[in-house]
Amino acid sequence: MTSLQDLWFAIAQAQAAHARCLDDDRLEEWPDFFADDCLYRVTSADNVRDGYEASLIFLNSKGMVRDRVSALRTANIYERQAYRHLLGQPSILSTEGDKVSTETSFVVARIMRDGKTDLFATGRYLDTWRRAGDSVELMARVVVCDSSRIDTLLALPL
Amino acid sequence: MVAKGPAEATPSPWPEGLTRVPYWVFQRDDIYAQEQKRIFQGPSWSFLCLESDVENSGDWRTTFVGDAPVVVTRNAAGDIHAFENRCAHRGSLICLDEKGRKAQGFSCVYHAWTYNLEGDLTGVAFQKGIKGKGGMPPDFRVSDHGPRKLRVETISGLVYGTFCADALSLPDYLGQEITSRIARVFAGRKPVVLGRFTQALPNNWKLYIENVKDSYHASILHLFFTTFELNRLSQKGAIIVDESGGHHVSYSAIDRGPTGNADYSAQKIRSDSDYKLADPSLLHGFDEYPDGVTLQILTVFPAMVVQQIQNAIAIRQVIPRGPDQTDLNWIYLGFDDDTPEQRMMRLKQANLVGPAGYISMEDGCVGGFVQRGSAGAPDERSVIEMGGKTAEGSESRVTEASIRGFWKAYRAQMGI
Repeated sequence: MTSLQDLWFAIAQAQAAHARCLDDDRLEEWPDFFADDCLYRVTSADNVRDGYEASLIFLNSKGMVRDRVSALRTANIYERQAYRHLLGQPSILSTEGDKVSTETSFVVARIMRDGKTDLFATGRYLDTWRRAGDSVELMARVVVCDSSRIDTLLALPL
Repeated sequence: MVAKGPAEATPSPWPEGLTRVPYWVFQRDDIYAQEQKRIFQGPSWSFLCLESDVENSGDWRTTFVGDAPVVVTRNAAGDIHAFENRCAHRGSLICLDEKGRKAQGFSCVYHAWTYNLEGDLTGVAFQKGIKGKGGMPPDFRVSDHGPRKLRVETISGLVYGTFCADALSLPDYLGQEITSRIARVFAGRKPVVLGRFTQALPNNWKLYIENVKDSYHASILHLFFTTFELNRLSQKGAIIVDESGGHHVSYSAIDRGPTGNADYSAQKIRSDSDYKLADPSLLHGFDEYPDGVTLQILTVFPAMVVQQIQNAIAIRQVIPRGPDQTDLNWIYLGFDDDTPEQRMMRLKQANLVGPAGYISMEDGCVGGFVQRGSAGAPDERSVIEMGGKTAEGSESRVTEASIRGFWKAYRAQMGI
């Protein structure tokens, strides 16, 4: 991968595939979007502003990402629901060696089993990528929700 | 608000005893309004904030006691004060943000009426008018006006307030056992806030309180608890219900022996599965408490929870937002003497709790299931008989005694 355009294209493609995976309820494939030593966490703008470390979801290994999926599939109780992600354009914040940082805005609608559709979350993905040949690997995704308020529960990953 | 159904005019009477609760108590606007007056602004103490939220003189934080918005401050002398966040003039919020520092006082944005850190009205813009015209009448005294003040007391770094002049002192209100069980969690350490999130619950606030006090459901609804032996009803533990009935403690200590598994298998309960974790590191908590207790859920009447689930420590503040809406404010805590490893464990175990928690996300929806399930049945009643008919503590957690305790205290304050 040579040009910034190629890099941007690879990241936008990866993010789009990631969102489709979640929206299509292919959660079993979700861990494959992450590197083995990954970080995935969900927090909010206020918590970031105040320097608070805790998260709504904090997964710092691929095993923990897998566990989130198996808990959702076999352990946790929540009404059937689906998301629809709308992603903004990835903004490349920095590149350093094979590491790339991006920020991408998102909007997620939540569709409940009875058809009720709500604006569930807005925010930004702070992603860290590792370049590997022609593709990129997601090292870290910090989901910064614009609001600290979650309606009912946050089951599926944002 | 829209009046809800004919039940409002002729509600069925509350049945004798503590084992039946009519569903209208979760539905009616008039009950909600009475609760504000008799419970939240009655002789009970509500959690306001942490002492560390108002660490220095001039620090302030906004919070709620039921519907009432409240400002908590630390004044120049270092004392904590709390008063209604309501301008004495025409009722506007005085503080619009959730927190601030270095305040000398406050000024209402609407007409610049000013207040000191104790909540006293100190000034009225253009009180004397302009060029001798307009202004307040000569007999107007700022000292005659002001937002209502709360009595404030602290315990283990937690700030509580009450609107009621006749309320017991906080230690008497809590009692020795509850006080020491709160102190046990903090153990003299300084709490550090690790995160704050709000979970908007689609149900009446009392359905959440019932859920928290319900040790019977914990290992049935929440698979995560049971399978990983964080909490099985067959573990060593107990329920404590205070004399008023309003406060409770449910606790358990881990017991790695084989006892009890057969009891679960025999009940064919969904929560006894062979579910395993790929990365079980979040379950490898550190020994934080010498008593070996790994789970302690404590409620302070009417609407506050102190939680220890392994090393996940949190305060939960329950704010009613109407008959069928509740805000659950989560404050995740660590302590200032945490090692980096201990802190990391708290961050990992935060996965267990909160709006997305492995063992608490269900509590966010189950109250809504009850609210919706009972919507057409205001005069029907829930059955709360597990473990008997009284509201006394017990060593068995297969009991709904602390729920009965809540209703005992609730009915006493409501006069119903």
